[in-house]
Amino acid sequence: MSAFLKIQAIKKQWAHTVTVGPITLDIARGEILALLGPSGSGKTTMLRLLAGFETADGGRISVANEDLTAVPPARRRFGMVFQHYALFPHLDVGENVGFGLPRAPDRDAQVAAALGLVDLAGYERRKVHELSGGQQQRVALARALAPEPQVLLLDEPLSNLDPALRERTRRELRQVIKRVGITTLFVTHEQEEAFDLGDRIAVINSGHLEQTGAPDELYEQPVNLFVATFVGRANVFRGPSARALGATGDGVLVVRPERLRFADAGLPGVVRERRYTGAAAFFLVEADDKGRFEVLAQPDAAQVGERVYVEATRVIVLSENGTRP
Amino acid sequence: MTRRQRTTELAGLGLALLLAWLVIYPILVVAGDAADGAALREFFTRPGEWAALWASIWISLASVVLAGVIGIPLAFLFEWFDFPGRKTLGALIALPVVLPPLVGVIAFLFLYGESGFIARAIQAALHLEQAPWRLQGAVAILLVHAYSMNVYFYLFTRAGLAKLDVSMLEAAQALGADARATLWRVIVPLLRPSLVGAAMLTFMTALGSFSAPYIFGGGFRVMTTQIVATKLNGDLPLAMVETVALAIVAVVGLLILRRTEGDDILVALGKGIAPRLRPIRRSGIRRLATVAGWGLAVVLLLPHLTLLLVSLVPYGVWTTEILPPVINFENYRRLFSEAERLRPMLNSLWMAAASTAIAVALALAAGWLVVRRRVALRRVIEGLLALPWALPGTVFAIALAITFSVNAPLQLRFVLVGSAVILPLAYLVRALPLTGRGMLASYRQLDPSLEEAAASLGAGRWRTLARVTLPQLRPGLAAGASLAFVAALGDIVASIVLYTYETRPVSIEILSSLRLSETGVAAAFGVVLMLVSAVVLGVGTRR
Repeated sequence: MSAFLKIQAIKKQWAHTVTVGPITLDIARGEILALLGPSGSGKTTMLRLLAGFETADGGRISVANEDLTAVPPARRRFGMVFQHYALFPHLDVGENVGFGLPRAPDRDAQVAAALGLVDLAGYERRKVHELSGGQQQRVALARALAPEPQVLLLDEPLSNLDPALRERTRRELRQVIKRVGITTLFVTHEQEEAFDLGDRIAVINSGHLEQTGAPDELYEQPVNLFVATFVGRANVFRGPSARALGATGDGVLVVRPERLRFADAGLPGVVRERRYTGAAAFFLVEADDKGRFEVLAQPDAAQVGERVYVEATRVIVLSENGTRP
Repeated sequence: MTRRQRTTELAGLGLALLLAWLVIYPILVVAGDAADGAALREFFTRPGEWAALWASIWISLASVVLAGVIGIPLAFLFEWFDFPGRKTLGALIALPVVLPPLVGVIAFLFLYGESGFIARAIQAALHLEQAPWRLQGAVAILLVHAYSMNVYFYLFTRAGLAKLDVSMLEAAQALGADARATLWRVIVPLLRPSLVGAAMLTFMTALGSFSAPYIFGGGFRVMTTQIVATKLNGDLPLAMVETVALAIVAVVGLLILRRTEGDDILVALGKGIAPRLRPIRRSGIRRLATVAGWGLAVVLLLPHLTLLLVSLVPYGVWTTEILPPVINFENYRRLFSEAERLRPMLNSLWMAAASTAIAVALALAAGWLVVRRRVALRRVIEGLLALPWALPGTVFAIALAITFSVNAPLQLRFVLVGSAVILPLAYLVRALPLTGRGMLASYRQLDPSLEEAAASLGAGRWRTLARVTLPQLRPGLAAGASLAFVAALGDIVASIVLYTYETRPVSIEILSSLRLSETGVAAAFGVVLMLVSAVVLGVGTRR
């Protein structure tokens, strides 16, 4: 895999105590990378460093071996979709999309093509505030893509949409990006969104890159406790509980709820709550040491108040300090 | 610090110094000169000085009370109750505040003055030998103040009521509070910031008011008229001491009122749902409210209608009749055809335009440096922009007159008095808070990501400014600019101290027309001023 967008030890010092980076990342041409992290983790700072809105205190950004670290945003040719879209309210849809295009006879055609790409053909003369949230998001995408940037940056692109719309928009967004074939980096704090949209995911926490990998790699082989618990649901077991599930020594055991099942022997506990989701149910079980964990099982697998034994079908073993041994 | 940051910080320093030179330096010069010498002793020993100072204070306080008594109930009436004509009337009530004070004052004179419309009517109806009253002294001043300044309370209270969350009133009722308890324990505390804001504005305006005391005062002097009289008598040292005394009263008054303001708790709680309008159902009361409302509108508009009427009466034809015997456009013809009468009109227009343009440019620079680049001196710049609002216009007029009548380039003092520059400069100082406030507020509301979006689409600094930033700032910019323009156009406070015959503005021409008993021409000037102001404000504050 040859890197198209290279981020080398990029760093930003906010205050004496708050530092983002140094972060190093390689992104291949046409790849979609999700930058996943909790709020305040520095993922938006990373995006703004890439766009050029913030100046890095160290490190290097390059695209196709061209150093862009000191290039101002206007000449970077990075398209950006902002969290609240930042559509110009005084311009109509066509003028918004055409903003980044040079004055040329075929500008209208380019605008029409960009709008066609996001399924908004014929919307040129609409006012921005007349559009629904989903439509605004697509206009923002069309506007960012119209000047044919080298890299597309998306800042929480779906956070302003209601949940029902979000899932559909997510798929459409991925389709458009893949059709254009543009190298994309997007920021999100939602694991599901990162899994759905990203080819690869970079998990970032407190300004540091924790792990980079494909979704299943992060889910099945997290490098530490943070990644294990932030990406997907996870039960954490230590000491006797961990040993009851098959751990040896003092390691920490991370088990996904669907990797636990009720059995005749294993870790004993009492079912305290049952959360029914239709196809299955989450059972909140309290172990004898008062530790609580979740089991995903058939809706009728157990009842509240019942004494149960739980065994694990697959575990993630981490060392005592929560990293991979 | 990068080179770019250094450049911005230097720009911030430059702007702060320029503003300080315009706003603070002249006052410091006056304060320094006033601090030594016989004038100070003279001020303290002359009873007339103390009387004028005391008159300024009590007139201002009484104006606050009167304006509140009228404005607050009006606000409740229009914000909470529905009756025919509510919307039209609600807008009409705000009218006096947007018109130049001098226009309002002469309109008042033509209507309620001793030879005014009403006095004349009563005199004729009762066959009196003399006018039934003389509109003069403190009572007349207070009348004018109450008429024009109740609008501050009306507008502020309405704005406060509109922000009031109906669920808070319902909560109070659910907790067992009756209407009275709700009013005193919930509504009034929540309205406090609005009421204090209105009181501050009224106090400052009344303290700096010049037209009303000048026209109606007679022998009754307040500080503003006292200062101008002393200056015209040529006693500059005493005028300086008086100026400083007035400035001190203004600052102390403002500080006392500020203490009572409290935090804007309504903002902290966020916007709620405004109470639903209560239609007045009982037909008798409804009719009464309608009649009262429209009667009120007539009372409010009457002065301006009178002004219009007087402007249509040619010189010397209207003597003792109730209604004018001749009506034509003679005065307007003279206004626009006689070069000596057209000149003040053009003077006012270009001076107002120039001062507004510079004030807008400075505000724009300040907005960018303070809000976007957050320069180290941002608080200083913001304070300097707001300061001219806190001091009466007469203070600045005297300060500029004294600072810029000496040629001392090393002290940054130049002879500008007597030149065409001094009046626009004075207007500029007064315009800074108006354009500055609007611009800073707009800049703060401007989403920075819009500018970033423009940059990421390849737009450079100037293209971003022209195509994204300025269009977004336009409403705040236009509102501030139109207020500044109208204030400069109708200014009398600074003009009367600083004008020369060549540069005389409309307000001065109105006064001299009045002195020559050319009431028709004075009224015509007033009407033109009123119309230009209304059009400029109408265009400028349109959303």
